[in-house]
Amino acid sequence: MNSGSEHSLRLELVNISKQYPAVKANDSVNLRVKPGEIHAVLGENGAGKSTMMKMIYGAVRPDEGEIRWNGQAVQIASPAQARTLGISMVYQHFSLFDTLTAAENVWLGLDKSLTLAEVTQRITQVAREYGLDVEPLRPVHTLSVGERQRVEIVRALMTKPKCLILDEPTSVLTPQAVETLFVTLRKLASEGTSILYISHKLDEIRALCHNCTVLRGGKVTGEVDPTKETNASLSRLMIGAEPPQLQHIQARLGGVVLEARGLTLPKEDHFGMSLSDIRFEVRAGEILGIAGVSGNGQQELMAALSGEDTRAPKGSIQLFGKDIASHSPRRRRKEGLHFVPEERLGRGAVPTLSLAQNTLLTRTEHVSATGWIDVGAVQLMAANLISRFNVRAGGTGAAAKSLSGGNLQKFIVGREIAANPKLLIVSQPTWGVDVGAAAQIRGELLALRDQGCALLVVSEELDELFEICDRLVVIAQGKVSPSIPTSQATVPQIGEWMSGLWNAPANLQETEHAQA
Amino acid sequence: MLKLEVRPQASKVMSVMSPVLALAITVVIGTVLFMLLGKDPVRGLYVFFVEPLKSVYALTELAMKATPLILIALGLAVCFRSNVWNIGAEGQFVVGAIAAAGVAMTADKDTGRWIVGAVLVAGVLGGMLWAGIVAFLRDRFNANEILVSLMLVYVADQVLGYMVYGPWKDPAGFNFPQTITFLKSTNVPKLFPGFRVNIGLIIALCAVGAFWVLLFRTYAGFQLQVGGLAPAAARYAGFSSRKALWTALLLSGGMAGLAGALEVAGPLGQLTPYVPAGYGFAAIIVAYVGRLHPVGIIFSAILMSMFYIGGELAQSRLGLPKSLTGVFQGLLLFTLLACDTLIHYRIRWQAARPAPKPLVAGSIGGSPITGKGA
Amino acid sequence: MDSFALLLAATLNSGTVLAFAALGLLINERAGIVNLGAEGMMLVAAVAGYATAVHTGSDWMAFAGGAAAGALLAAAFGVLVIWLNTNQYATGLALSLFGTGFSAFVGIRYTQEKLTERPSFQIPFLSDIPFIGPAFFRQHPMVYIAIALTIALAWFLYRSRAGLVLRAIGESPESAHALGYPVRRIRLIAVMVGGALCGVSGAYISVVYTPLWVEGMVAGKGWIALALTTFATWRPARVLLGAYLFGGVTMLQFHLQGEGVQIPSQFLTMMPYLATIVVLVLISRNATFIRVNMPASIGKPFFPGS
Repeated sequence: MNSGSEHSLRLELVNISKQYPAVKANDSVNLRVKPGEIHAVLGENGAGKSTMMKMIYGAVRPDEGEIRWNGQAVQIASPAQARTLGISMVYQHFSLFDTLTAAENVWLGLDKSLTLAEVTQRITQVAREYGLDVEPLRPVHTLSVGERQRVEIVRALMTKPKCLILDEPTSVLTPQAVETLFVTLRKLASEGTSILYISHKLDEIRALCHNCTVLRGGKVTGEVDPTKETNASLSRLMIGAEPPQLQHIQARLGGVVLEARGLTLPKEDHFGMSLSDIRFEVRAGEILGIAGVSGNGQQELMAALSGEDTRAPKGSIQLFGKDIASHSPRRRRKEGLHFVPEERLGRGAVPTLSLAQNTLLTRTEHVSATGWIDVGAVQLMAANLISRFNVRAGGTGAAAKSLSGGNLQKFIVGREIAANPKLLIVSQPTWGVDVGAAAQIRGELLALRDQGCALLVVSEELDELFEICDRLVVIAQGKVSPSIPTSQATVPQIGEWMSGLWNAPANLQETEHAQA
Repeated sequence: MLKLEVRPQASKVMSVMSPVLALAITVVIGTVLFMLLGKDPVRGLYVFFVEPLKSVYALTELAMKATPLILIALGLAVCFRSNVWNIGAEGQFVVGAIAAAGVAMTADKDTGRWIVGAVLVAGVLGGMLWAGIVAFLRDRFNANEILVSLMLVYVADQVLGYMVYGPWKDPAGFNFPQTITFLKSTNVPKLFPGFRVNIGLIIALCAVGAFWVLLFRTYAGFQLQVGGLAPAAARYAGFSSRKALWTALLLSGGMAGLAGALEVAGPLGQLTPYVPAGYGFAAIIVAYVGRLHPVGIIFSAILMSMFYIGGELAQSRLGLPKSLTGVFQGLLLFTLLACDTLIHYRIRWQAARPAPKPLVAGSIGGSPITGKGA
Repeated sequence: MDSFALLLAATLNSGTVLAFAALGLLINERAGIVNLGAEGMMLVAAVAGYATAVHTGSDWMAFAGGAAAGALLAAAFGVLVIWLNTNQYATGLALSLFGTGFSAFVGIRYTQEKLTERPSFQIPFLSDIPFIGPAFFRQHPMVYIAIALTIALAWFLYRSRAGLVLRAIGESPESAHALGYPVRRIRLIAVMVGGALCGVSGAYISVVYTPLWVEGMVAGKGWIALALTTFATWRPARVLLGAYLFGGVTMLQFHLQGEGVQIPSQFLTMMPYLATIVVLVLISRNATFIRVNMPASIGKPFFPGS
C-alpha cells in the first residue's frame, strides 16, 4: 500500500519542520496520502498533530520542507488558498457563529460566488446526499453539539474537497453518532476524497482507517496499516511504551458523602442547559463517574456542586446530610468539598500569577484571620506541591501560563488533593494532557479514593471513566441516569444512555435497593 | 519585517523600562512640537524638566501638585486592577471638595483645630457617596460604570456651579461665583513655615504604604486582583465580585474626595468653579504610568506634576499655551500603552518569506523551499 | 405651536450630532472594538473642521477635514488595539485625554475667529407647509444625510455579505480568522470608518450646531454617543431614534430656560447627563437581553493564534 510512484499521491509532506519559541512542534515529518484513502494521524496531546494540520490548511507556514499536492510542490499561504486547492477542514472546536443561522455560517465559509438562497438550497441537497440531518435556517446557538458538527461537515463538503481534514471529530459524539459519521466518511472516501483523520482513539482508527502515521514528540515514529496492528502496538508507537496499567483495588465503601436529590436548576445563560430533577449519591471510598457528550448540562451541574452557582433549591445538594445548596465555594471547601474545573487557565489558575500565588485561590491555611498573607509559608506550600506531584515548572515564581497543560493540571489537581478533601470533584481530569501526566493524575485520584475520600469525576472520555470509576451515571439533556457499576456497564449501553435512552424507573428502584 | 512573539513569562525588566521608554518617546515628540511652534526646544525641555526641580520652593510646589495625584491614583490603581473602570474620579474630587467646604463654613472664630479633621472626613465621605452611586447602579442594574461615573462628572460640575453661584455665594464677594474664604482654623496645617506644602503630603506617603500592604500582603487585595485578572477564577475561588466592586469604588471615591478636601481647605481656601482642575483625569494617567503600583505611582505623580508646573512656566516664560500640558499627558499615556506591549511580547526581525510559487506542471521532486524562520 | 415646531427642528439638529457619532461607534463595536476615544476624536475633529471652514470658507470641506481628523486618530488607536493588543478601554481613554488637550492646544488660535454668515437651508415648497415645514424641512442637508446613512447602514449590516462578515468578526474573530478572513484589516477599516463618522459629528458641532470654537465644546456628547450605541442594542434605526430622543432632552432644557421656568440653570444643564444615566440603567437591567444582542467579542483581545 505504500509503494507506487509519487504521482499517485494526492497529498505529501516531505521533511516538514516547524519551530516555535519553546518547542520544535514538527521535526522533519513525512506524510503520504493517496486519493480515496482514510489516513489517520495518531499521537497524544502535544505530539504535533495540530501543527501539521495547520500547515496543510494554510493557517501556519512550515519553516523547512515541502508540501506536494498531486505531485507538485505548493506553498499554501492561507486557508483561502487551501480551499482553492481543494483542502477543507472540520475543526475540533468549531468555527461557527452562534447568532447566525446554519445557512449563513456555511455561506461565510464558501467563496463569494453563490447567493444565500442558492447556498441554502445546496445545503439541503448535500446533507441529504450524505445522510446528514441539517436544518439550514436554524440559528446555530439552538443546535446541539452533534448538529453543529454536521453543519461544519456540510460546510466543508460544499467546497467539494479533494482532501478533508477532521480534527478529533468524535470527542463530542455518542458511540452511535460515531457510527453514522463513519458511514459518511466511508462514502466520501469511496468517491475519491482523501480523508485525514486526527485522533488519539486507537479503537476508532483501527475500525475506520486504511493507513496511519504516528507522531511522537514532533517526529514520525511509524507509518502503518492500522487494521493489522493492535492497540498495544499502536500505543507503543504513540508513547514509546504500552499504556500504563493502573492498580485497581476493590472499593471499601463508607457512608454517603454527597447526595443530590431533586436538583432542578433553570439555565442562567441564554445558551445554556437547564438541569432537571437530578439525583445521585457518592460514598466515601468510591469514584462515581459522570459520562456524557459535552453540552448536556455538565458545566451547569459542576457550577451547582462547586458553589459557583448558588441557586440550587434548598436541600437538593447535601454534604454529609447537611444542606449546602446555597453555600459559597469557600464555605464548601471548609466543609471538605474541593473542585478541579475543566478550564485550567483562567479558572483553575490565573495565567499571569505565579504558582505560589495561585495556591491562594483555594488554600487559605496561611492567611490569618485578619487577612494577612504569610508569603514565606505560601511559597513553601507551593514548593511542596511542585515536588510531591512531579510538576515541571520554573520554580514557585513561574507564571501559570508558562507551564505545559499536563504540568499545570498536575499542579491544580495536586493543590486540591493536598488539601485532604472529604469529597473531590474533578471535571475533565486529563483533557489536553500528555499520556504520562494523565496516568499520574489518574493514579493520584485512585490513591485518594483508596484513602477513603469520595470522588466525582466528569469526563467526555469513556475509556478514562471505565478505567478509574467504580460506578457510572450518564448526563443527557440536563438529566442524570440511574447509576450502574462499571463492571456491569458496556460501551454501547452507555452510548445509548448518552442519547437519553436509559431505562424506566422500574430499574431505578432495583439499583437503589441494591445499594441500600 | 517585524514580528511580535509572545513571551512565556512577562518581562519584569520591561515592566520598569516601559514607562521610561514612553517618556523618552514623548520627549522626542515634544521636541519636535517645540520646533514646529518656533520655540527653542532646549529651553522648552528645560522649563519642563529642570525648572520644577531647581529650588527647595520649587520642590515643595512639586510636592503640592503631586499630592492629589498620588491620592487619587492610589484609589484608581485598586479600581483598575479589579477591572472596575472608575473614570469619574474628577467628579468624586469635586463632591469631596463641596462636602469639605460645607463643613469648613460651619466654623466660627471659636472653633478649634479639630475642624480640620472633620473637613477631611467630610471630603472622604462626599467622594464615597458620589462613587457609591456608581457602585449601586452597577451592582443593582448592571449599568456600565465607565459611562455612569463620567456622566456624574458633568453633574458634579453643575452642582458645584449651582452652589457657588447660588446658596453659597459670598455676599461680600462682589457677586463673583465663590464662597467666603475659609477661616484660618480650617486650613490644612502646613509643614514648614514659608512654604505652601501641607500635611497632605504626609497623608499621601502614608497612603502609599497602606495601599502597598493592601494590594500585596492582604487576602482582600489578592481577591481584588484575581477579580480583575481572571473573573472566572475569582468565581471558582469564591471571591465576591460584588464586594470587589463596592470596595474598589468606595475606596477610590474616598481618596478622590480626600484630595478634593485637601485642595479646597489647603491652597485654595475657598470653593470656586475652578476647583475641578483635571486631577481626576490626570490621575488615570498617573496610575497607568506608575504601573498601578503604589511605589511607581509616586514617580509618575512627580513626572505629571512636572508637566503641570512646566506647562504653567512655559506659558509665562515662553508664551506657549498652557494646554500643552494636556497634550503631553495624553501623549505619555498613549506611548506607554504602546510600549507596554514589550512586556508581554518580543520583537523579532524575520526575513520576508518568498512569494508563493504558482503551481508548475510536471516538476518532479521540485527543490525544497527553505524559508528559515525565527 | 410655532415654538413647538421650532423645538422639533432643533431636536433633529441636535440629534444629528449624536447620530453621526453613535452610528460610527456602532460600526466599530459591531466589529468587536469599543473606542472610548470618541470624545477626544470629536474635539479634535471639531477644531479641525472649524479651522478648515475658516481657511476655505466651505462647510463641506470642513466636514471632510473633521472626518479625516477622526479617521487618523482612530487609525492610531486601531493599530495599538488591533496589532499590539493594548487594552481597548485604556487606549480609548488615552485617546480621549490626548484629544482634549490637543484640541485645546490647537484651538487657541481660533477662539477669536468667526465664521462667515451661516446659510439657512430650506427645501422648496415642502418647507412652507404649516408646522411640518418649519419642523422638518428647514434643516441642514446633513440632517437628511444622517437619516440616509442610517438606512444604508441597516441594509449593509443585515442584507449584504460584507455586513454579515463584519457581524461574524464581531461575534468571534477566532472563527472568522479560521475561515480565512483578514480579521485585523477589516477591524481597522471599521475603526477608521467609525472615527471618520465621529469626526463628521465633531465638525458639525463647531461649524453648524454652534458655529464657533470653544475649548471642550463637545461637552460629553462623545460619551453620550457611546451610551447610545448600547442603549440602542447596536441597531442603526434604534440609534437614530435614541439620538433624536437625547437631542430632544438637550433642546428641552434650553426651551425651559427660555420659558423662564423657575429651576436653576445648572439643573437644567444637567438634564442630558442625568437622562443618559437613567437610560443606561433602564437598558442594562436585563443583563441577558444585552448579552444576547451584544457583539460577543467586544473589548476582548484577539490573537490570531499560531
